Amino acid sequence: ALGLVTLLSFASRFHRLPEPPHVCWDETHFGKMGSYYINRTFFFDVHPPLGKMLIGLAGYLSGYDGTFPFQKPGDRYEQHNYMGMRGFCAFLGSCLVPFAYLTVLELSKSLPAALLTAFILIFDTGCITLSQYILLDPILMFFLMGAVLSMVKCNSCADRPFSASWWLWLSLTGVNLAGAMGVKFVGLFVVLLVGLNTIYDLWDLLGNLSLSLVSVKNLFMLRISLFLELCIGPGDGFFSSAFQSQLIGNNLHNVSIPEHLAYGSVVTMKNLRMAGGYLHSHWHLYPEGVGARQQQVTAYLHKDLNNLWIIKKHDSDIDLLDSSSPVEFVRHGDIIRLEHKETSRNLHSHQHEAPLTRKHFQVTGYGINGTGDSNDFWRIEVVGRRAGKLIKVLRSKIRLTHVATGCILGSSGKTLPKWGWEQVEVTCTPYVKETPNSLWNFEDHINPKLPNISLDVLKPSFVEILLESHMVMIRGNSGLKPKDNEVTSKPWHWPINYQGLRFSGVNETDYRVYLLGNPVVWWLNLFTIGLYLLIAISTAVVLKRGVQLTSEHKGELSRVVLCGGGQVALGWLLHYLPFFMMGRVLYFHHYFPAMLFSSMLTGKYWISLCCQTVSLLPSSGGSHVWWLGFYLFHPLSYGMIGPMASDPSSPMAGLRWMDSWEF
Amino acid sequence: MLGFLKKPVVVTAEINLSLVALTVVGLMSRLWGLSYPRAVVFDEVYYGQFVSLYMKRIFFVDDSGPPLGHMLLALGGYLGGFDGNFLWNRIGAEYSTNVPVCSLRFLPALAGALCIPLAYQILVELQFSHCAALGAALLILLENSLITQSRFMLLESILIFFILLAVLSYLKFYNLQRHSSFSGRWWFWLLLTGVACSCAVGVKYMGLFTYMLLLVIAGLHFWHMLGDQNLSNVSLVCHFLARGLTLLIIPVATYLSFFYVHLTLLYRSGPHDQIMTSAFQASLEGGLARITQGQPLEVAYGSQITLRNVLGKPMQCWLHSHTNTYPIRYENGRGSSHQQQVTCYPFKDVNNWWIVKDPGMQQLVVSNPPRPVRHGHIVQLVHGITTRYLNTHDVAAPLSPHSQEVSCYIDYNISMPAQNLWRVEIVNRESDTDVWKTILSEVRFVHVNTSAVLKLSGASLPEWGYRQLEVVGEKLSKGYHQSMVWNVEEHRYGKSQEQKEREVELHSPTRMDISKNLSFMAKFTELQWKILTLKNEDTEHKYSSSALDWITMDTNIAYWLHPTSGAQIHLLGNVCTWASANVAAVVYTCLSLWYLIRRRRKIYDIPEDAWQLWVSAGQICVGGWVVNYLPFFLMEKTLFLYHYLPALTFQILLIPIVLQHLSDHLCRSLLSKSMFSALTVAWFSSVCFAYRTFSPVTYGEPLSVAELKDLRWKDSWNILIRKQGH
Repeated sequence: ALGLVTLLSFASRFHRLPEPPHVCWDETHFGKMGSYYINRTFFFDVHPPLGKMLIGLAGYLSGYDGTFPFQKPGDRYEQHNYMGMRGFCAFLGSCLVPFAYLTVLELSKSLPAALLTAFILIFDTGCITLSQYILLDPILMFFLMGAVLSMVKCNSCADRPFSASWWLWLSLTGVNLAGAMGVKFVGLFVVLLVGLNTIYDLWDLLGNLSLSLVSVKNLFMLRISLFLELCIGPGDGFFSSAFQSQLIGNNLHNVSIPEHLAYGSVVTMKNLRMAGGYLHSHWHLYPEGVGARQQQVTAYLHKDLNNLWIIKKHDSDIDLLDSSSPVEFVRHGDIIRLEHKETSRNLHSHQHEAPLTRKHFQVTGYGINGTGDSNDFWRIEVVGRRAGKLIKVLRSKIRLTHVATGCILGSSGKTLPKWGWEQVEVTCTPYVKETPNSLWNFEDHINPKLPNISLDVLKPSFVEILLESHMVMIRGNSGLKPKDNEVTSKPWHWPINYQGLRFSGVNETDYRVYLLGNPVVWWLNLFTIGLYLLIAISTAVVLKRGVQLTSEHKGELSRVVLCGGGQVALGWLLHYLPFFMMGRVLYFHHYFPAMLFSSMLTGKYWISLCCQTVSLLPSSGGSHVWWLGFYLFHPLSYGMIGPMASDPSSPMAGLRWMDSWEF
Repeated sequence: MLGFLKKPVVVTAEINLSLVALTVVGLMSRLWGLSYPRAVVFDEVYYGQFVSLYMKRIFFVDDSGPPLGHMLLALGGYLGGFDGNFLWNRIGAEYSTNVPVCSLRFLPALAGALCIPLAYQILVELQFSHCAALGAALLILLENSLITQSRFMLLESILIFFILLAVLSYLKFYNLQRHSSFSGRWWFWLLLTGVACSCAVGVKYMGLFTYMLLLVIAGLHFWHMLGDQNLSNVSLVCHFLARGLTLLIIPVATYLSFFYVHLTLLYRSGPHDQIMTSAFQASLEGGLARITQGQPLEVAYGSQITLRNVLGKPMQCWLHSHTNTYPIRYENGRGSSHQQQVTCYPFKDVNNWWIVKDPGMQQLVVSNPPRPVRHGHIVQLVHGITTRYLNTHDVAAPLSPHSQEVSCYIDYNISMPAQNLWRVEIVNRESDTDVWKTILSEVRFVHVNTSAVLKLSGASLPEWGYRQLEVVGEKLSKGYHQSMVWNVEEHRYGKSQEQKEREVELHSPTRMDISKNLSFMAKFTELQWKILTLKNEDTEHKYSSSALDWITMDTNIAYWLHPTSGAQIHLLGNVCTWASANVAAVVYTCLSLWYLIRRRRKIYDIPEDAWQLWVSAGQICVGGWVVNYLPFFLMEKTLFLYHYLPALTFQILLIPIVLQHLSDHLCRSLLSKSMFSALTVAWFSSVCFAYRTFSPVTYGEPLSVAELKDLRWKDSWNILIRKQGH
C-alpha cells in the first residue's frame, strides 16, 4: 500500500512538471536566490537561508549555471536548465504523502485511515500546484512532516527507551526541526508542537513511579540536550550568512583603524539599535510638503560612500588634513560640525517636523561647501563619561545633541516612502531619553595622521551576528506591511478556500496556473474540524461525568479522539491561529502546513467514525468523490489555456463555485 | 406575621473594627487636601475636556475607551455644579473659580480608598488569616503610586476598584457555592461579579483582561463541578445557565446601557461630528440636523442633492466639480482628456450640488407627483452650477493610473463620446425595488458602459486640482468598500427650469420637512466601531515608557510642578513594595514548580487543603498580574507607567500570601517562626519608611533642592530640579 501511495503521489507531482516553461510567481525570488548561491553573491532576504541553499544545490547538481536572471514572472527559461530545481521541489513535495500515510498509520493503527489521508493529499490540487514550482513551501512542508512523523514514531517506541530505533527517530526529529526552522520562520510552530509534546511526555514519565528518579532525570537531560542540538541546528544554516557578512559585508574584519577620534577624521556613524543603519545622506531633497526642502538625511543599512562624514570644528574651517597642523582630538562635550563628504553639506536640524515622526524635528543636509549656520552645531557626548575625555572609535557610545534646540540625533526605525528610497528615517528627538535609538558609535575611521591599531578584539562574536541577522530578518519580515488599497488575503479566507492565488497568466491566451485547494477536500476538512471539536468536547464532558464506558472498544475510541486527534488538532491550531496576529502581508499558501494537519485529522477521524457502522464502503466512496473533485479541478494546477471562467463558453465555467475564484 | 409581638426585635451587628479603621485611614490618605493643587494635573487636561462636553451635552468620540469612566468623572462635575466653562489646554493651568475641583476629584479618590477594604476582604475570602489580610490592606494603603493616581481626575483608580470588586464578589460567590447554591446571597454575588466586570470594561478596555481571567476561572471551577458525581445533570445545567446569564449576558447588557446613557446625555452636535456618518450626524441637535431637518426623504428625478463619501477618510468630503479642466499633460508626461475636473471636496460649497436627471427626459425639475429613483434605475448626474454631466471613460485617472478618470463631460467634437449613464445600486437595500432615500441609503454608482464604480481614491490632487481629493472610476470593483459608497446628505426638490433661477435656488439653504431617527442599536454599533477603529497617530511622549521599565520602576511621570516653589507631584511607587512584590512573584513561581514536581512523584510536602489554597490564591493574584501586564508587550500604542497599576495591585496582594505560607509551612521550629515574624516587622517598617520618604512628591509638599536631589534614588527618574541662582 505504501508503494502504491508513493507511486501515485510521485506520478501526480511529476506530471507535466516542465509546464509552463516560464517563471511563475515567487520563482522569481527563490530561483534568483538559488542563482546567487551558485554565483556566490551575497544578498539579504527575510527567510533563513537553508531552503534557498538547497535550491541552489539542486540547481548546481543538475547543471544549472546560475545565469538566468529570474527578473519577473512570465520570463521564458529558454535553454536554461530549470528542471533540476523544480524536480527537487516536486520530489520533496511527493514525499509528503508517504509521510502523512505513515504518521496516520502510526497514530491510529488503521490502514484505511492512512490510505484515506494519503488519497486526500494526492488529490488535492493545491498541494500539487505548490509542489511543482521552485518555492520554499515544499521544502518547509517536507521537514515539517518529517518532524511530525519522527516524533510520532519516537513516541511509539517510548516503551523501550535507548533502543536503536528510539535513538534514530529522536535524532531525526531534531534534524527535521532544525531543517524546518532553517527554511522559514513558520518552522517555529512545529518546534512548538514537538516541544509541547515532549513536555507532556516528560510529565507523564515523571508521574510514573515505577521509574526511578535517576532514570527520569536521565531522560530529561537527554531531551534537553536534544533540544539544544536542535537550537544549534538552525545556527548551522545561518552560518553561511553570518560567515558571508563577516567576510564581505563587514569592513571591520582584519582592518586596523585609529583609536581616538580627531578633527578632520572621516567617519561612519552607526545607530546602536539592533540592526540600526549608518547615518547617510544623498543629493536628493526632501519632497515638497515634508518639512524644509533641503537635502535628505537617512539611516542606511548597507555600506555606501554616502555614509562618510567629516568631523570639523564648529568655529573654524581650516583644512585639518594639512600635515603641518598638529592633531587635535575630539573630546567629550565639544561642539562639532559634521560635514557630509560627498555633498559637502552639514548635518543640520531645525524646528520643522520630521517626515514620519511628527513630534520630532527634521534632520537635513544644509549649507554649501561646509558653510552653513548655527543650526549645524552638535555637542558630542559619550554616555557615562566626564567632560574632556577622548572619544574612542567603536567602543564609545555617542550622543549628539543639537546645540540650538537641545534635541538629540536619533533614528526612529520607520521606513521612509519612495521619495526617501525606503531608507530609515533620521530625526532629532526633543525627548531626552536614553535609548539605543538615540545612541551612535563610530565605525570606520580614516585619518592618515594617526597611528592605526588592530581591532580584532572588537570583532562581534558568532552569537551576536546570529542574533543581529535574525533581528534584521524579523524586521524585514514585519516590514512587509500591506500597502493601502492592496487586496490582501485574510486568515479566515483560507480554510474555506475563499480565494486562490494566481501563479501564472492573467489573460485568456496565457498559460494559466491557479493555486486553489480541491474544494471537496477542503470543505470536508473544515467540516471535520468542526465535528471533531464537538465530539471531543462532548467526549471529555461525558468522561468527566464519570459515565462508565461499557466496551473496551469505546474506551479505545475516546483515547484516539482525545489523545492522537488532539495532537493533530493542536498542530493545526499552532499553524493557523498565529497568522491572525501577524501584521505582515499574508498569502493563501501560508495555510498549507495547517492544511496538512487538518487532512490527517480528516483521514483518521472519518475512518474511526465509519468503522462503527459500515466498513470500508465510505472510504472507497469518499475517494471517488475526491477523484471527481480532482478531475474537475486538475486544469488549475496543471495549467490551462482558453477563456476565463467568468466567460460561459469556457470549460471551467461551471466550476466557478465561488465568485471570488478568478481562474 | 406578628412575630415581633412575641419576641423582642434584636439587631446583632458584627463590626470588624480593624476593617473600619483601615477604611477611615484609607479615606484620609486619599481625600486629604484633595483640592490642592488647584491646577490642571497631567491627564486631567485630557479627561477634563470630556467632562466639559458632558456638562454642555455635546457629542464627542473618544478613541481611548468606552464612556463609563468619563461619565463617572462627569457625575462628579455635575454634583459639584460645574458648568463646563473651562479651557482645558495646558497642564499646570490654574483652575478658575467655577471649577469644583474637589468634587471632580472626589469619585476617583473614593474608589481608590475603597480598594483598601476590598483587598482585605479578598484575602479573607481566599481563606488567609486576618493578619495576612491586614498586611495586604496596609500595603495598598501605603503604595504611593496608587495614592497619586487616585487623587486626581483620572480613571485608573476607578478601574482598579471595579476589578477588585469583581474578584471579591466572584470569590464570595464561589465560597457560597459549597453549601448554599441558588440562595439569595449566591445570586447577589454572582450578579455583582458580572456587573463589576462590565463596569471595569466600561471604564477602560483593560478591564477586559480581568474579565477574561474570571471567565476562565469560572470555567475551570465548573469543569471541576462536572466531575462531582453527587450533582444531577439537571442541576448542572441550571448552574451552567445561571453562570452564562450572569457572566455573559448581564455584562453585555450593562455595557450597552452605558452607551445608552452616553448617547442620551449627549444630544448636541460637536467637534467630532465629521467622523460619524450623515445619518448619525442628523440625529444630533444642531449641526447637520439643522440643515437636513425637513428635507424630502425620497430622491426623485429632478432632485438637487449633495453626495458625501461614506468612508470619511482621509476626511469627510462631498462629490464636487468646478470649471477648471484636467491639464492636457500631467507632470509625468501622461495625457488626460482635458475635461472638467471632478473631485471630492472637504467643505460645504455650492459646487457640491448635483441634479438627478432621467436620461429619457430633458427637464431638470421634479415633476408632480415626484417620480422616485429606485435601486437599479439608470440616471444621469448633472452638475448644478456648470450643468455638465458626470462622465467616465477609458482614460487613466491622474493619480491612480489603474482606474478610470472621472470628469464632467465637455464636447470637444473629437472622437470621444459622452458616457454619462450611471446605474444606482443601493447597498443597504431591503428589497430590489427600494427607493433611494436621503441620508439613509448607501449608494454605489455603476457606470453603464464600462461597469466602473465611482470611487474616492483618497489621494489628493496637486496644485492644478487645488489639493482636493481624487475621484476615480474603479474597474476592478470586487466586494464592498466604503470608498465606493456615497450617500445623499442635503437634498431638495428642484423647481426652477432656468439655469439662472436654479443657481439662485442652489445658493439658498434647504428647508422642507421630515425627520430621521436612528435606532439605538444602529447608533451604538457605529459609535463602538468608530471607537475601536479610530486610530490616533502613534505619538511619543516625554514620559512614555516601555513595559519592561515598569517591573523595576525605572521610570516615573511628573504630574505637576508648582510654578515657583519646588513643590511637585510624581507618579512614583513605593520602592520597597515594588521590589518585594517582584520577589513574592518569583518565590511563588519557584515554590509552585517545586511542589508540582514533587507531587507528581507522590511526595506531599504540604497538606492537601493548604495546596488548594495556594493554587487558588495563585490563580487570582499571579493570574491577575499576568493578564494585566503581559498583553502590553504586544501593544503598539504609547504606554505609560500608570498602565501597570492594575497588575501591580494583584502583585501586591501576593506578598502577604507568600509570607503567610512561608511562616506556616516552612518555618517549622518556634525559633524560626519568631525570627520570621521579626524579619517581617523589619521589612514592613522599611515599607513605611519608603512611604514617608516619597510622600512629599505624592502629595505635592514643597521641597528644597537638596531634598529633591536626595529623592532621586535612580538616575532614570526624572525629578525636576530648578536651576538655582539666576
